[in-house]
Amino acid sequence: MEKLVIDAKGMHYTPLNKQIRQAVAAGVKEIEINNVLGQRFIANGLRGDVKITINGIPGGDLCMFMNGPECTVHGDCEHAPGNTMDGGMIIVHGSAGDAVAHSMRGGKVYVRNNIGYRGGIHMKGYESKKPTLVIGGISHAFLGEYMAGGLILVLGMGSQPIMRDRGIGSGIHGGEIVIRGTVADRLLGVGARKTEFTESDLKRLSPVIEDFCSRFDLDPSPLMNTNYTRIVPSSTRPFADKYTWE
Amino acid sequence: MYLQKQFLVVNMCGIIGVIDRGQSGMDGSGIKEALSLMNERGSGEGAGYVAYGIYPDYPDYYALHVFYDNLVEPKKKVDDLLEKWGRVFQQEEIPTYEQPGLRKKHIPWRYFYKPHKDLVVGSSTPEDDLVKTLVMDINSRIDGALVFSSGINMGVFKAAGWPEDVANFYRIQDYKGYIWLAHNRYPTNTPGWWGGAHPFNLLDWSVVHNGEITSYGTNRQYVESNGYKCTMSTDTEVVAYLFDILGRRHGLSEDLVVKALAPPFWDEIDAMPERQRKIDHAMRLTYGAAQMNGPFAIVVATSQGIVGFTDRIKLRPLVVAENGNKLYISSEEAAIRVMDPDVQNIRMPRAGEPVIGRVIV
Repeated sequence: MEKLVIDAKGMHYTPLNKQIRQAVAAGVKEIEINNVLGQRFIANGLRGDVKITINGIPGGDLCMFMNGPECTVHGDCEHAPGNTMDGGMIIVHGSAGDAVAHSMRGGKVYVRNNIGYRGGIHMKGYESKKPTLVIGGISHAFLGEYMAGGLILVLGMGSQPIMRDRGIGSGIHGGEIVIRGTVADRLLGVGARKTEFTESDLKRLSPVIEDFCSRFDLDPSPLMNTNYTRIVPSSTRPFADKYTWE
Repeated sequence: MYLQKQFLVVNMCGIIGVIDRGQSGMDGSGIKEALSLMNERGSGEGAGYVAYGIYPDYPDYYALHVFYDNLVEPKKKVDDLLEKWGRVFQQEEIPTYEQPGLRKKHIPWRYFYKPHKDLVVGSSTPEDDLVKTLVMDINSRIDGALVFSSGINMGVFKAAGWPEDVANFYRIQDYKGYIWLAHNRYPTNTPGWWGGAHPFNLLDWSVVHNGEITSYGTNRQYVESNGYKCTMSTDTEVVAYLFDILGRRHGLSEDLVVKALAPPFWDEIDAMPERQRKIDHAMRLTYGAAQMNGPFAIVVATSQGIVGFTDRIKLRPLVVAENGNKLYISSEEAAIRVMDPDVQNIRMPRAGEPVIGRVIV
């Protein structure tokens, strides 16, 4: 099927999403959406094997509940791209707002530059479902808050120190947060602890780093020959005693 | 923990502010479009705008914008009070234009007013003090009258409705200001009504706010013990009064006011170099009752500039961008880009960090 090109200038998100869903149902494999500015909920709940290119600034909750498609954004995102995403991929050639990959359950979210507060909040994993959030730049506070599974990787390219905001992994009880360079102890949230980043960790994460770099045409070698900090839950039930007593 | 439940559900409000630091006038059409882009953040129960520099023909007069329920009894009482304490230079109904989607519930009226400053002694800003007292008096004692804007060469335009309807109701494109703030309301804890729409204003201070002030009780006691009366049935009005106390009466700079309202955490203060630690320590002790809790993103304007800031754990969005003399602060980047597609230096300020744009003198 031919590629579908949509001019979204001034369009509300409801007819836009209707058009996308109809196209995917008809078997379209490639959609390009131009002049996007602030339209929320693009590709929400979308399933199937389709590549979507967004030129502009999509509004909040991009690809929420999505399962399958690959969505590339040439521009910045507002809040919560990848909200409760089930599978598929979002590639952002820019920065994104607060709560990126909020409650994400599967798939990948790659952000070339920076993200706001509470990236990866409530991310979770289950058996084969391992959501992955990779940030090329830096993140603000409360990264991986209440995280229950999956991987958050902060590469911090072009900035030192990479993390200067507090509350990393606040309330984390599953999954891992990996940050390039060192992270001061005072920045760790309640329930989070640092653990050694080993050679086998690097080997395990190398395919993720290489894939991220290939998507943005970056050289992965400086990211292989460097140190990382790995942050994990201090226990699987850090708040077991918070509200209940024997 | 740090996350409030409201963050996860759609509790929003949209805010946007712009300043042309060179004081070139912008008409209201751009900000109307920007605010409308964030309609998803509102519920059609309140929207409003404020512009600075719109009454250049009255540079010495306070522009009092009043909602009247009728023009008989409440207006006579207000007129009498104003005449007693000063001189009304001119007055008229604020021009409005019927909109199908907006029910006119009040009659917006404006006075250009000069108080007799020799009636107040012992104040460095006697005219401001007099006007402030008049505003508090009218709003708390005269039924059917509400002063919602009381600065010089500026004015608030607001109502219960959607952003476009409110903008078209007042035809804000007919006004030219070098600062504009706008707000799209999604009322949660208090009813949507004309007086509860943002911006909130007192004298030169105007405030737009997305979020909730959960410390409202404490803050209200603090402002009321300083002679202010809360009459708008919503939390945001205390922010305007806090800025008036700290900024005008105590003479604090904008960044110090923000430091008082959204201070660093104690552990951060403990880690500061000695001099800074002492200042921050003193600020927290002095202004503990002014400190605001809860999720908020706020932009405040005066005739001298704008300042934007969020709560210290950043439970509401705020984006900043620039283009030459223009500085934009908004809930969403897309709203800024609607007004100005060529903006640069787009960034997200850190929690509690004041973003300040001052006019170039």
